[in-house]
Amino acid sequence: MSFSRRRFLRHSALATTTLIAAPAVFRSGAFGAENPIVVGSLHDQSGPIAASGTPMVYALQLAVDEINAGGGLLGRPLKVIHYDTQSNIQMYSQFAQQLAVKDKVDVVHGGITSASREAVRPTFDRFKVLYFYNVLYEGGVCDRNTFCTGTTPAQTVEKLVPSAMKKAGKKAYIIAADYNYGQITAKWMTKYVKDNGGEVLSTDFFPLDVTNFGTTISKIQAAKPDLILSALVGGNHTAFYRQWTSAGMKGKIPIASTTFGLVNEPTTLDAAESDSILGAYGYFEELTTPASKSFVEKIKKAHPDSPYVSELAACTYEGAMLWAEGVKKAASIDRMKVIEALESGIAFDGPSGKVSLDKPTHHTTRNAFLAEVKDRKWSVLESYSDVKPADTASVCDLVKNPTDTKQYIINL
Amino acid sequence: MALYLIVALDVLNGISLLFLLCLGLAIIFGMMKIINLAHGEFIMLGAYATVISANAGVNIWIAMLVVAPLFVGLVGLIIERCLIRFLYGRLVDSMLATWGLSLLIIGIVTTIYGNTQQGVPTPLGGFSIGSYQSSYYTLFLAGMAIAMMALVYGVMRYTRLGLIARATMQNPAMAATLGVNPTRVYMSTFAVGAAVTGLAGGLVAPVSGITPGMGGAYVAKAFMTVVGGGAAMLSGTMSAASLFGAVNQVGAYFTTPVYGEVLVFTAAIVLIRLLPQGISGRFFKGNL
Repeated sequence: MSFSRRRFLRHSALATTTLIAAPAVFRSGAFGAENPIVVGSLHDQSGPIAASGTPMVYALQLAVDEINAGGGLLGRPLKVIHYDTQSNIQMYSQFAQQLAVKDKVDVVHGGITSASREAVRPTFDRFKVLYFYNVLYEGGVCDRNTFCTGTTPAQTVEKLVPSAMKKAGKKAYIIAADYNYGQITAKWMTKYVKDNGGEVLSTDFFPLDVTNFGTTISKIQAAKPDLILSALVGGNHTAFYRQWTSAGMKGKIPIASTTFGLVNEPTTLDAAESDSILGAYGYFEELTTPASKSFVEKIKKAHPDSPYVSELAACTYEGAMLWAEGVKKAASIDRMKVIEALESGIAFDGPSGKVSLDKPTHHTTRNAFLAEVKDRKWSVLESYSDVKPADTASVCDLVKNPTDTKQYIINL
Repeated sequence: MALYLIVALDVLNGISLLFLLCLGLAIIFGMMKIINLAHGEFIMLGAYATVISANAGVNIWIAMLVVAPLFVGLVGLIIERCLIRFLYGRLVDSMLATWGLSLLIIGIVTTIYGNTQQGVPTPLGGFSIGSYQSSYYTLFLAGMAIAMMALVYGVMRYTRLGLIARATMQNPAMAATLGVNPTRVYMSTFAVGAAVTGLAGGLVAPVSGITPGMGGAYVAKAFMTVVGGGAAMLSGTMSAASLFGAVNQVGAYFTTPVYGEVLVFTAAIVLIRLLPQGISGRFFKGNL
């Protein structure tokens, strides 16, 4: 069979039109009222970050189940499409594309490390898929398509540092993990130490595979600080607390941490190694409010072997619920309409208390808590209500610049 | 003065830990030329064996010094019979197979125990030099390193078993002609290497974070040290461990932990460039 040029052109023009039209045709078919609203989920359930990701998946599922039990949204049920990102950034990029292009989800909740968030955020911007990042992080993301529901340093470090300094003294020694979270958090720690009239003797960073902290412990002893501020991350770094205790330093210099106990440190360490370490987060499993108790109970009932239910799980649940409130208010699943509804001062009473979305930053105003480890559990010492994301607010204003998509590094 | 003593102790600690973590690999790689990429997972298994038996009520010293090496030795034996024995002389295949094995072991441990495991506290407690604190466990580790060195040297140099092992490694065909069964020698060497690695895992258990993926933090440094040490199993590993351990600790002390790591890798690159056969290829030729 021979192809003339004209015939070839006609054929390929037809094929191209079909290809271009296909998504629209399929889409309109897929938007029938009986079809579920699709919620995308990207969380690590295997690999080094699995202990963080697993309870987040449970929390998202719980939120979706509760919404479905209440009749769904706009008369349509919700359906979760979940991908295990395996603690691997490449998987994040790949599955983000898949959620946006193939599964055509209406919203995505997910991302754990800051690196994973920055890997998927541009994809969701490009494909115009609404994105919720429900993890505490270093702050500064300014993107109208993205909502960050976790705490930022102005909400936690700002509370942690002064109370630790009041207890211990003015001279601090900072130890932190060597990647963007640790580096930026160390800057915040330095700022708050100075703001409170203190002094930072030294700041040490550790690659995530460091396991021997002997020299650091000697250096700390030589520097003689009143207080240690730790932003160490991951299983290898828990070795620090062990070696610190085995050198007999436990109890001589107090430790306050922005990461300790976020996942499973209190349960993996011995009571002698973890007692009296201070931490500040947006939520603790040990909170005794009825909302918190029933939240933890539901997760533990469905998954008896769930790891610690931390801020990560609580914020994921609250993030999903805030999104649902937005959809209800917008009375539509259209992305722009939902964003505008979410910007109208939506609030939700979740396990951590009242959480409301802040229009100019797309972050949350939420409660923060200060706690101390006692006998392998957190004992909550103090709570602060309605703390604003002041750090991000100082650099980000989406009302003025709605097209902004940057993550600002906050200059201190 | 006290500070120098403490730093010297840190260096000693770094060296003895590195040596203990490498010795099992040196036995397997150095004697059998099998690249065991599951080395880190053998360490992890040793740590898990220690932690789980100690939490179940076994005395911590027995858990560390008996349960861990026995268990991992047994695992090594099974793995040698089921997998490794088909791979002798197939270097690339052995790498691929043991890498897959490492993923399998991590998967199995995660499935059984999850990502979270309660550790054991460090025994022995601390002591002070001047106004500085250190732990007795550091000294214990150094003692264990010396004991293991003496034990391996003694067995290889003075016993009939060691003689047979060395003969088989040098020339399996000739050893077989003289009535030795090389299959059995390989099998037991692999099991012993695994047991020594398990012991190292047990010894690091009280001073490290216990997760299924913890082996990853050790495996690169272990290989670097064994390759940097060269053909002589004991003197090579010891000298390379001393070099890298000291560079790491001193570097970390005088600069930052980040540069401590960078310096070790730089030292390894320079070493391999200058001495492609490793340290023992030049200085301890023919030694054990």
